[in-house]
Amino acid sequence: MVDIQLQSLDLNLWFGKNHVLHDVSLPVYKHQVTAMIGPSGCGKSTLLRCFNRMNDLIPGTRIEGRALLGDADIYAPKADVSKLRSRIGMVFQKPNPFPKSIFNNVAFGLQIQGGFSKAEISNRVEESLKAAWLWEEVKDRLSSSAMSLSGGQQQRLCIARALANRPDVLMLDEPTSALDPQSTAKIEELCLELKHNVTILIVTHNVAQAGRISDQTAFMYLGELLEFGPTERVFTVPADKRTEAYLTGVFG
Amino acid sequence: MALMLVLTALFLVLFLVRMFSQGAKVLSWDFLFTAPRDAMRAGGIYPALVGTFLLTALSMVVALPLGILTAIWLTNYGKPVWLVNILRVAINTLAGTPSIIFGLFGMAMFSNLLGFDISLLSGGLTLAILALPVIINNTEQAISSVPEDFREASLALGATTRQTVSRVLLPTALPSILTGAIISIGRVAGETAPIMFTAATFYSRQLPKGLGDEVMALPYHIYALMTEGTHPTEQVPIAYGTSLVLLLLVISISAAAIWIRSSIRRKRQW
Repeated sequence: MVDIQLQSLDLNLWFGKNHVLHDVSLPVYKHQVTAMIGPSGCGKSTLLRCFNRMNDLIPGTRIEGRALLGDADIYAPKADVSKLRSRIGMVFQKPNPFPKSIFNNVAFGLQIQGGFSKAEISNRVEESLKAAWLWEEVKDRLSSSAMSLSGGQQQRLCIARALANRPDVLMLDEPTSALDPQSTAKIEELCLELKHNVTILIVTHNVAQAGRISDQTAFMYLGELLEFGPTERVFTVPADKRTEAYLTGVFG
Repeated sequence: MALMLVLTALFLVLFLVRMFSQGAKVLSWDFLFTAPRDAMRAGGIYPALVGTFLLTALSMVVALPLGILTAIWLTNYGKPVWLVNILRVAINTLAGTPSIIFGLFGMAMFSNLLGFDISLLSGGLTLAILALPVIINNTEQAISSVPEDFREASLALGATTRQTVSRVLLPTALPSILTGAIISIGRVAGETAPIMFTAATFYSRQLPKGLGDEVMALPYHIYALMTEGTHPTEQVPIAYGTSLVLLLLVISISAAAIWIRSSIRRKRQW
């Protein structure tokens, strides 16, 4: 039995009166890649943002049900949201490095946590950039602006920035949709490498991408989790007709 | 259209030519750095120059922190909504208030009620209130124009709202905030009405020794020379000279703002 690192249990979410997620129970297994697929507006990004409570930023959001990181209740009244977010890294659709140097982008998480020496920070920056396969490209210009990097490099910088907190989970929200095929391939390979150390939850529009990199696939449709299982099984013998229709490109 | 353009340009040229030709006659180092003499019929404008500098500096010391903090609150905390709405109405009303009203208010509030009298302090505070809506609106715009992506990235890394403001939003918005601050300096330096009843004095051979002293100021000096002067032949040229100095001051302040803004635009990469 594989450990569950992150999960939602009968999770319901409303934006105002709009019921966006319906009784979603999704397990995310430790040190595996879990892919969430489904048509636009099906709630996959919203579910992702439930796990690090980014939906808290949207006024009028109401949540019922539970979400757990390990055994810890993410929505417990006394939960420390900052700490939670440092344990669940997030990479966004559009690369969004800060207008700071490469070094300070990666160091950001440690700087705000405080209590790290300069040497520790600089070691962690190097470790994270290496883990995100960016070190060789930037090691001679750590002090130049992150904005000078290419789109693919910026996205790997964002991955390094999230990894610097040594999170338990790395969530990626359509991380390659703004990138060219070559950069996309690199990020996909990177995910396969990273999963040995960190649990990965990825939202993708690209069915083929889910097939290439994920161990588990979750198919969401109109706010419901219609299907969840090992990627191989979901892709070959989907239990739900709508999954099959989506995978074969009948809609989406 | 073309006619309007020519007319506008013509007025501007006439204005500048007049100011420079009349003002330049009296302009000299002596004019800038000596005090008026002989009941303001001769001498320079040094006390007024210093007075305007002090009034402006004091108003910025008060208005900048207050305005920037208010804008931060409005953009990042802003609850409850009714309070935000009231505050916005108040700010916009302030922004549209004629400056003489600020003068009267300053006199009632600072000079009389708080007992600061006619002083540098009363005038500086009155000018600060005048500058406040400009600074708040500008800072709010500067902060809101920082891409939402940066805020999300910061929060998602575990930063608190306060850390996000101080480490991401403010540094990113700082150049625009500064530009707005400089523009409001230009506005404050040229105001006459707010300091008329609160800070300014006709004539003083001495520089103010503290916050409680009256001061001379460039715009008020012009006003005094033109309305109360008893020797127009000698005093009108001095008024032109003073006007030219004030004009050059305000123009160079605006130029600095434009320069900063354009250099930001060149560097900005998002």
